[in-house]
Amino acid sequence: MKPFTYERAKSPSEAAASAARVNAAKFVAGGTNLLDLMKLQIETPAHLIDVNGLALDRIEATPEGGLRIGALVRNTDLAADERVRRDYGLLSRALLAGAAGQLRNQATTAGNLLQRTRCPYFYDTNQPCNKRQPGSGCAAIGGFSRQHAVMGASDACIATHPSDMAVAMRALDATIETIRPDGSVITIPIAEFHRLPGDTPHIETVLEPGELITGVKLPRPVGGRHIYRKVRDRASFAFALVSVGAIVQRDGSGRVALGGVAHKPWRVEAAEADLPRGAKAVAGQLLAGARTTHDNAFKLPLVERTLAAVFAEAKG
Amino acid sequence: MPSARDFQISRRAVLSGAAATSLLHPSLANAQARDGGAPTAVETPSMSKVAFNVNGTAQELELDTRTTLLNALREHLRLPGTKKGCDQGQCGACTVIVDGRRLASCLTLAVMHEGHSITTIEGLGTPANLHPMQAAFVKHDGFQCGYCTPGQICSAVAVLDEIKAGIPSHVSADLMAVPEPSGAEIRERMSGNICRCGAYSNIVDAISEVARRQA
Repeated sequence: MKPFTYERAKSPSEAAASAARVNAAKFVAGGTNLLDLMKLQIETPAHLIDVNGLALDRIEATPEGGLRIGALVRNTDLAADERVRRDYGLLSRALLAGAAGQLRNQATTAGNLLQRTRCPYFYDTNQPCNKRQPGSGCAAIGGFSRQHAVMGASDACIATHPSDMAVAMRALDATIETIRPDGSVITIPIAEFHRLPGDTPHIETVLEPGELITGVKLPRPVGGRHIYRKVRDRASFAFALVSVGAIVQRDGSGRVALGGVAHKPWRVEAAEADLPRGAKAVAGQLLAGARTTHDNAFKLPLVERTLAAVFAEAKG
Repeated sequence: MPSARDFQISRRAVLSGAAATSLLHPSLANAQARDGGAPTAVETPSMSKVAFNVNGTAQELELDTRTTLLNALREHLRLPGTKKGCDQGQCGACTVIVDGRRLASCLTLAVMHEGHSITTIEGLGTPANLHPMQAAFVKHDGFQCGYCTPGQICSAVAVLDEIKAGIPSHVSADLMAVPEPSGAEIRERMSGNICRCGAYSNIVDAISEVARRQA
């Protein structure tokens, strides 16, 4: 790790202001992804702002009948919250499908959204990577690309977003609340939060420098069957090859979002009108315009079959 | 056993010795200059104070901010029971219990634990007075080489507490039901602890026995 100075922030506005004022500053909460990347010198902050002391660790009911999840709520606590288990089972299921118990105890809601890709070439500092070092090239294109994106990728980057939680939040229409260094409070729909790679894969979200996530809001519950199906190489503690987060209503209508296929949680609202017609129709719309490599072409049929399994489970 | 202070002094002596050695070898400095121009500037570490409680004892340390909780426990507090396996949160050998919750001590900085209470394998039991989970691992042969064992045991103790607290897992069939310490639940919840020797079935037996006795 490169040396860095360290401060414990006292308030969200102070944390955001400090991040804007100090050169190469980063927030740290759970640290499970950031410290790993700092050890490899992929992340090299000169200053760490520890936000763990901020009072952002509660889950509260909103006046609209939904929930407001504090940015620092640990993944374990979010998955175990009775209101989440009852009304947002998809979110509990997605969280419990991710990482291992130790990491879920550490990882936070905001940090999970900001996880960086697990592309092996991003992690290997001997390889070119436009996300790690803009302009250096992409070793995944033409490389070992079994994990990589089939939707929304570019000639600069085919990395995927690794979060399970974000897939559930995308299906649940969550909104992300932030505070900027100037003190202004911003609300960002999760659909607009993560960016596609384009020519600038190193810019992964719409957050501005110093902008701090303070919480995530869930709208009022929509009912239905909540299913998160994650397909991976091991039965536990592995990232998704493909995942499906679905909410299916009794009349067969519903919503679906995919993980493991793009640089962001992948949802195409127009595809959802086809839910009663089944997996093939939905997959066809979700994956329209897919670009695959030799290694990851299997993801297209895998998405359709996983959707079929989820729809069958929802009927059962 | 040397105290933590002795250990730090000896480390410093070793470091200054190393610096002196390189001064005695100008050929080394020349080689550096030839290959890459001026040697890289030494980066100054930033120090920070932290106070926490480890196994019932209050500790105050002044650490390079880069020090992980794992390295603080092993190198500064001389508690080598907690093991460094992968150092990237994938193997679980470094699992300790902080304020009642298990975590990977390699993926957290020591300075992030101001005021926390940390339990390591040394704080669970002693050779003369084993924790029930330690005794069950011995009885069921829940290890071979033993390197992952402190992490397995700390994790297992916390797993049973998580089940008692009603925290569901990926294999819980009903999110609203009270979870049971079944074999499937234990295997899923222990998936963050890797055993290269493959003692998994005996580890599950050991944890299951403790769960039964606690029930």
